Amino acid sequence: MSDLPLVQADRAVPPPVATTTTGGRGRRLRLLSRTDRVVIALMVLVPLLLVVALVWLPALATVALSATDWDGIGPVSEIEFVGGRNYSDVVNIYPPFVPAVQNNLLWLAALFVVATPFGMFLAVLLDKELRGTRFYQTALYLPVVLSLALIGFVWQLIYSRDQGLLNGVFGSDVDWYGDPDVNIWAVLVAAGWRHVGYIMLLYLAGLKGVDPSLREAAAVDGASETSTFFRVVFPVMRPINIIVLVVTVIESLRAFDLVWVINKGRNGLELISALVTANVVGEASRIGFGSALATIMLVVSLVFITVYLATVMREDRR
Amino acid sequence: MSRPRSQAEYLARLVPPSVAGLRRRSLLAGAAGSGALLGTGLLAGCGGDDSGGSGSKTVSLGSNQSDPKPKEVIAKVVDGFQTSSGLQVSVNTVDHNTYQENINNYLQGKPDDVFMWFAGYRMRFFAGRGLAGDLSDVWGKLSGMSDAFKKASTGDDGKQYLVPSSYYPWALFYRKSVWQQNGYQVPKTLDELTALSAEMKKDGLVPIAFADKDGWPAMGTFDILNLRINGYQFHVDLMAGKEAWTSDKVKKVFDTWRGLLPLHQPDSLGRTWQEAAQSLQQKKSGMYLLGLFVAQQFNNDEQDDLDFFTFPEIDPSIGAKALDAPIDGYMMARRPKEEANAKKLLEYVGSKAAADITVKNDPSTLVANGEADTSGYTALQKKAAELVGSATEIAQFLDRDTRPDFASTVMIPALQQFIKDPTDIDGLTNSIENQKKSIFTD
Repeated sequence: MSDLPLVQADRAVPPPVATTTTGGRGRRLRLLSRTDRVVIALMVLVPLLLVVALVWLPALATVALSATDWDGIGPVSEIEFVGGRNYSDVVNIYPPFVPAVQNNLLWLAALFVVATPFGMFLAVLLDKELRGTRFYQTALYLPVVLSLALIGFVWQLIYSRDQGLLNGVFGSDVDWYGDPDVNIWAVLVAAGWRHVGYIMLLYLAGLKGVDPSLREAAAVDGASETSTFFRVVFPVMRPINIIVLVVTVIESLRAFDLVWVINKGRNGLELISALVTANVVGEASRIGFGSALATIMLVVSLVFITVYLATVMREDRR
Repeated sequence: MSRPRSQAEYLARLVPPSVAGLRRRSLLAGAAGSGALLGTGLLAGCGGDDSGGSGSKTVSLGSNQSDPKPKEVIAKVVDGFQTSSGLQVSVNTVDHNTYQENINNYLQGKPDDVFMWFAGYRMRFFAGRGLAGDLSDVWGKLSGMSDAFKKASTGDDGKQYLVPSSYYPWALFYRKSVWQQNGYQVPKTLDELTALSAEMKKDGLVPIAFADKDGWPAMGTFDILNLRINGYQFHVDLMAGKEAWTSDKVKKVFDTWRGLLPLHQPDSLGRTWQEAAQSLQQKKSGMYLLGLFVAQQFNNDEQDDLDFFTFPEIDPSIGAKALDAPIDGYMMARRPKEEANAKKLLEYVGSKAAADITVKNDPSTLVANGEADTSGYTALQKKAAELVGSATEIAQFLDRDTRPDFASTVMIPALQQFIKDPTDIDGLTNSIENQKKSIFTD
């Protein structure tokens, strides 16, 4: 049995039954002392209150504000209700919205098709116990650890049109950040650079947890390296695969920092999250309009959450 | 297990603990997190000044002058005030951009008694919303302020809300040595500017340096063309949302700009103004339309080589006397803790004494007080002061003359769109007009 709680590689062994307050009815509850019950109640209540106060209330407030044209100044009682006008404005007359949706989708596709598989590939390679494997792990994981400001600075040095490394080395004069046809790809390279390291580490941890006897059995049966991976290791890694998938979706939905550092999400680098920030935070203070954008983002996320939850629940029932 | 156990444990520890809970909770949190941005008091550094309300010897000042040089100048002005009045000033300096982005929360929370801001629509907006204190009686005691500055400090209700301290003009900057070497003459009309640019191209120079990565520098180009083609009053009305962006007057501005774009440095959307200024400094470009602060990108021994001229005339009936010259100044909070002291401080920062200190210490700006001893000005500063002094009207710059939401969420993307694709002016002006109508509702 693996010592990684995340990876239940051997499905034959049932996972430990979670002890919940509702799980054991009647008789079992009485086994708990008064203190136990107080502690359990607190342990449930405190996180619940935090989640409600910090996640649900702001989310609901956002939805409510999206139907107003509040500018962030003055008492709440003066807020004017405008119905669905913000939404129709977003769709009909706000030029950055459509590029933002396209870019978010492109982001998802690029991470899903290129960065995530590449990260998994690197993990498989590193799992071969090469010499200096820790060095490679550290080097590949480093971008995930670096601060956002530093990453923006590093890529500015590389991509700057007049003074950058890329144009300096190749003698080209591509406007990496300014040309709206090019800059999204330049940023995706930078984003992928971070994402690969993250996925690599997650996946490597999963691979280390795979029961080696499975591979030995496959080898005894005469399976090749490739078919061992795809037919034995990969299916056994299902829980990790799901986590990697979810991480990829999350990363592409909340992609924000790089484009914000580069040009505040304008001129070819529009992302919904950047538009929300540009409208809500800062001097603009179009809180109603920005909330409408945030609500749209929430709905898009809900689609993914629903799909994910449905899959997981169907899994649990089986 | 054939594999070393410690290795597996090492890696297991590397899995971020958040991953376990990543499944649905974080997905939700990520989505709702954008909602959580709302209403949070982001202005940690700005609000709290607890210098004790009862002691009448103190006053607090919120400063956005976070760069080392201007910060030092402010410190000296404050020192001057402390010596002359015997009051204690606590200066609360916040990063320039942060200050600007959080100004709404700052003014609604617990702002400092006196805070720095600038003239224009945004000043009048705060005054109109009751977030700034009336300074009419302070103005009664000020001397050396011209009528133009008084007008720029007056709110919609006719009262003054700002004490101006400094300003800087926008103009076309160039290097004297480059122009002398090539025998260039300062152009007086648009045709002469175009002809000069053609000559520069022949000499291997980029005629007009240009950068718009940050979105605001192109506003300067739009402003000056609009001022030259349609005049100051149209600029004011257009910025106030009273004129239509789809009018022929606005289209003519974009059309003229389209004709000038080939003379501008290409690929401007990936360039910062600093990089464009360096191309001027490195003698790769012939001229650059920017504020006086362009001098920051020049070495000390090159300052004397820097010169400028105002954007040439386009329409003889309009002339070339109006320009952008943003004014910075001080305002008072709506309910200052120490109102009397705040007014004393405001009176001082508008005085000749404060202006003299600024002149002595800061060569990149001009002081508002006309009585100040300007013998310490550099040649460039003197010329800039003359230029603004001879201006018939002074505009504040697009993002200070209009609603900030309109400037940042509509105009920046629109101008960048125009630079990207200057052909579709009708589509662009329609789009701006539609968005304007949804923003200028009251």
